[in-house]
Amino acid sequence: MKRVSSPLAAAAVIGVALPSADALAHGFAGDRFFPATLLTDDPFVADEMSLPTVTRNPTASDGTQLTNIGVDFSKRILPDLGVTFHRNWQYQQSPGAPAVTGFDSISTGVQYQLFINAPHEAMALAGLSVNWGHTGRVQALGSPDFTTLSPTLDWGKGLGDLPESLPFIRPFAITGNLSVDFPTKVNSNGTLHSNNFNYGIAVEYSLEYLQHHVRDIGLGKPFDRLIPLVELSMTTPLNRGAGGLTTGTVQPGFIWAGQYFQIGAEAIIPVNSLSGKGIGGIVQFHLFIDDLFPKSIGKPIFSY
Amino acid sequence: MRPLLAALALLALSASAASAHAFLDRASPAVGSSVPRSPAAISLWFTQELEPAFSTLSVVDQAGTRVDRGDPEVDRNDATILRVTLKPLPPGTYKVIWRVVSVDTHPTEGTFTFRVAG
Repeated sequence: MKRVSSPLAAAAVIGVALPSADALAHGFAGDRFFPATLLTDDPFVADEMSLPTVTRNPTASDGTQLTNIGVDFSKRILPDLGVTFHRNWQYQQSPGAPAVTGFDSISTGVQYQLFINAPHEAMALAGLSVNWGHTGRVQALGSPDFTTLSPTLDWGKGLGDLPESLPFIRPFAITGNLSVDFPTKVNSNGTLHSNNFNYGIAVEYSLEYLQHHVRDIGLGKPFDRLIPLVELSMTTPLNRGAGGLTTGTVQPGFIWAGQYFQIGAEAIIPVNSLSGKGIGGIVQFHLFIDDLFPKSIGKPIFSY
Repeated sequence: MRPLLAALALLALSASAASAHAFLDRASPAVGSSVPRSPAAISLWFTQELEPAFSTLSVVDQAGTRVDRGDPEVDRNDATILRVTLKPLPPGTYKVIWRVVSVDTHPTEGTFTFRVAG
């Protein structure tokens, strides 16, 4: 058995271990590990990167077929304060027209971790996302020629604090987000830009939680790290002639979360004809930078 | 696409030298299990090597009273194993509480219960 080897060694470890809040990254709240979901925003600041996220969208109502290859990067500045970056490269095929490719607009964000409650497996985050105008192919791909500001509230709650008599309910967790879009320009060449209310939810069933925190049912690798989930994301325009024209998708799928990365795949099902037709799909390779590079780019730039 | 594959390969190679959050892999007695008599110890196997100075393990009964002997230790030959010995346990349900720090200082924590049938 191994004990602390010496007070000096202990002090040395304390020196690097004390900023432990730094390391409580990528979605831990007590027993609960929240994975990075593919559609809805995550309720935690992190040092992570999605590279790539490949999305084959359902066919749009006008027949356009859009494929995205995206990158997301999240970086903690302080233990509770992070920034995000997102960009897509697009392949757009409209009926009767040649395919068009190029980059869509850049999105960035700043996020603050409001709280993490370990006993109740709960967390929440507030943020401001900015989709920057004129940073994508405006004419060819329809990228916006205006900037949009979106205050966001993201939250997560695991059900592990339910009574022990509900062992197969406790692995459930729910994450959700709310945001409102405020475009900085009312119209572009006669096309109005509405304020939009965005809301999403992800219902997850963590086999990792079941196997390691509730009941060992004999799940082996890789199934003991699997998280089946269903995500739903909706957008409802609030004004400027588009009020009530809600669009959105439902996305059933799974996430496998390992030590250094996770892999996710989901089907994309439009909720109505306005949202598209047919079924699309999304796959994502997601890296935990804090685990890959814990002593360099994987930790907050500043600690306290 | 080549730069992307090269970047992913570089990250994967870098990961081999890194450590990460220590997840619980398995336990004895098993998570959520029922055992016929009082076990002598609780042993936990983790996915990463642990830092002994900051890895703790305790066991409490339903009244919250500690029933372990207060001697949690990381195995000298296998630093992924954390163990604590137990006092004789009467029939009942017991909660195992662990908090560990992997060797690269990432903390994780967790709980689970087991039952002594008696």
